[in-house]
Amino acid sequence: MSRRTTGPAIEADGLTRSFGETRALDGLDLRVPAGTVYGLLGPNGAGKTTAVRVLATLLRPDAGLARVFGHDVVSEADAVRARVSLTGQYASVDEDLTGTENLVLLGRLLGLRKPAARERAESLLAAFGLTEAADRQVKKYSGGMRRRIDIAASILSTPDLLFLDEPTTGLDPRSRNQVWEIVRAVVAHGTTVLLTTQYLDEADQLAGRIAVVDHGRVIAEGTPGELKSSVGSGTVHLRLRDPGRRPEAEQVLRLALGVPVQLEPDPVALTARVGGDGTDLDASEQAARALGDLARAGIVVDDFSLGQPSLDEVFLALTDHPAVTADERDEQLEAAR
Amino acid sequence: MSDTATTTGRAPSVYVPSTDALATVLAPGARPPRPNALSASLTFGWRAMLKIKHVPEQLFDVTAFPIIMVLMFTYLFGGALADSPRDYLQFFLPGIMVTSVVMITMYTGVGLNADIEKGVFDRIRTLPVWRPAALVGMIFGDVLRYVLAALVILGVGLALGFRPGGGVIGVLAGIGLLVVFSFAFSWVWTFFGLILRSEKSVMGVSMMVLFPLTFLSNVFVDPGTMPGWLQAFVKVNPVTQLVASVRAAMSGAPDASSTMWMLLWSAGFVVVFGTLTMYRYNRR
Repeated sequence: MSRRTTGPAIEADGLTRSFGETRALDGLDLRVPAGTVYGLLGPNGAGKTTAVRVLATLLRPDAGLARVFGHDVVSEADAVRARVSLTGQYASVDEDLTGTENLVLLGRLLGLRKPAARERAESLLAAFGLTEAADRQVKKYSGGMRRRIDIAASILSTPDLLFLDEPTTGLDPRSRNQVWEIVRAVVAHGTTVLLTTQYLDEADQLAGRIAVVDHGRVIAEGTPGELKSSVGSGTVHLRLRDPGRRPEAEQVLRLALGVPVQLEPDPVALTARVGGDGTDLDASEQAARALGDLARAGIVVDDFSLGQPSLDEVFLALTDHPAVTADERDEQLEAAR
Repeated sequence: MSDTATTTGRAPSVYVPSTDALATVLAPGARPPRPNALSASLTFGWRAMLKIKHVPEQLFDVTAFPIIMVLMFTYLFGGALADSPRDYLQFFLPGIMVTSVVMITMYTGVGLNADIEKGVFDRIRTLPVWRPAALVGMIFGDVLRYVLAALVILGVGLALGFRPGGGVIGVLAGIGLLVVFSFAFSWVWTFFGLILRSEKSVMGVSMMVLFPLTFLSNVFVDPGTMPGWLQAFVKVNPVTQLVASVRAAMSGAPDASSTMWMLLWSAGFVVVFGTLTMYRYNRR
């Protein structure tokens, strides 16, 4: 297919964009290979949405350069628009209109004649399980259905690049899985997907490569495996029965795992990262050994879990600051608009 | 909620993405040529009509409001300013028609401001279509509302005894001039709709502009009795030119001078505020 190019789908160099005092983008660099799902991972206010809006030609950068399939997003915005589609964080269809009306409207705007637009709308609604809801106003849809009509609207033109801005935020697990399946199908048909998310497991499930974004710049980039192993493939959470034995437990754990152990605000809780080389077996072995050592020392463990590092932990490891402060940033951004 | 639990009522069918079904809609078809500017604008106009269909309450301001305006002012001023309300109506009806419709134009800005806050405008702005199409289409929808409001006022006027000398042709010509001006004037509000933060502030600014513009004119009385400085303003006020040309058309004696001025004003509004609007629209 001639319109799929072999070069990168997105190249961004030093993008900056401020809203008032707040620097939403602060020298963001990005290189997204075509034909893959690429994850932008970061907390609220990290600059993910701003980056997407710049790349989708909705916002001009203050400085820096961005190309989509070789076209500059500012000077060749029209050429970019012809090849991309955007599913925003909030409903990007008209809520007053029905599912069919929304899709027919977009089909007409993309140049389809009325019968062709109707046909396309019908088959999209069928493929997305919305046939029954076709003649209902979108504002009466459930959260999962809204996301689906949003994505259906985005692939109406079979774009070469699809932006999905936090597609599963606020969805129940089943709807989330449906969205994941759809994303997999979309990329299998050759569309590049740029996905923003706050969830490491979502990026892990879908993305071939991930860029971790914080304060408007990329602070780490790589495959999910690379990122996780840079942080440790798992995290051990422990709760002791006796808070008095925590210092002792910390020592035992540090010796058994060979990593620093974190004392949580909760006086009986400890956390440690395990499995530094990225293999899960390694992590569970280390955790088991640590548990055994604690038992031999006579320290009672009430609660134990081994999990993937959360976004917070990835953040902590990469930035030495927790991701949660982002909420304040978000409010600032909101106010600056 | 598990699937087995839904035994009562209409079981919500659970959507399972099917790879085959998705494959058929994802297969890239030939891309049709982009719609031209007019066709894209008309499609957005169709969107405006669909919105009227789904939210008919929004027609309230083009039906009830004009009726109240006509009744109120006809009987309030009629006896004092002319021999009777019926006599006053012959002079006043074209004026109140202009006032009502010009006031309704502000909803273009209010509507745009509400619309742009929603995600749908993000999608619209990433479409590869003629850039002003979304706004032009929106105003096309509003033009329909202007025509409706004008017809409602004409109906009330005829019922109260308005007998225009220009007949059907003259009245239609008058409404046509009014709609042309209102289309052009709407671009003032699209601009304010884009630069102001909330619907309320759009409303506030609109009122501040519209009240002096419509009242300090020849709508209600002959400007001859006004002090000189006020006459000077009334004379250059575009609403005065518009009312004069509509009044003349409806009375059957078209006035070339006021019609030309009113058309010049209209062109000016489109050029200046259309350009400003598109500048803001592209740079948001």
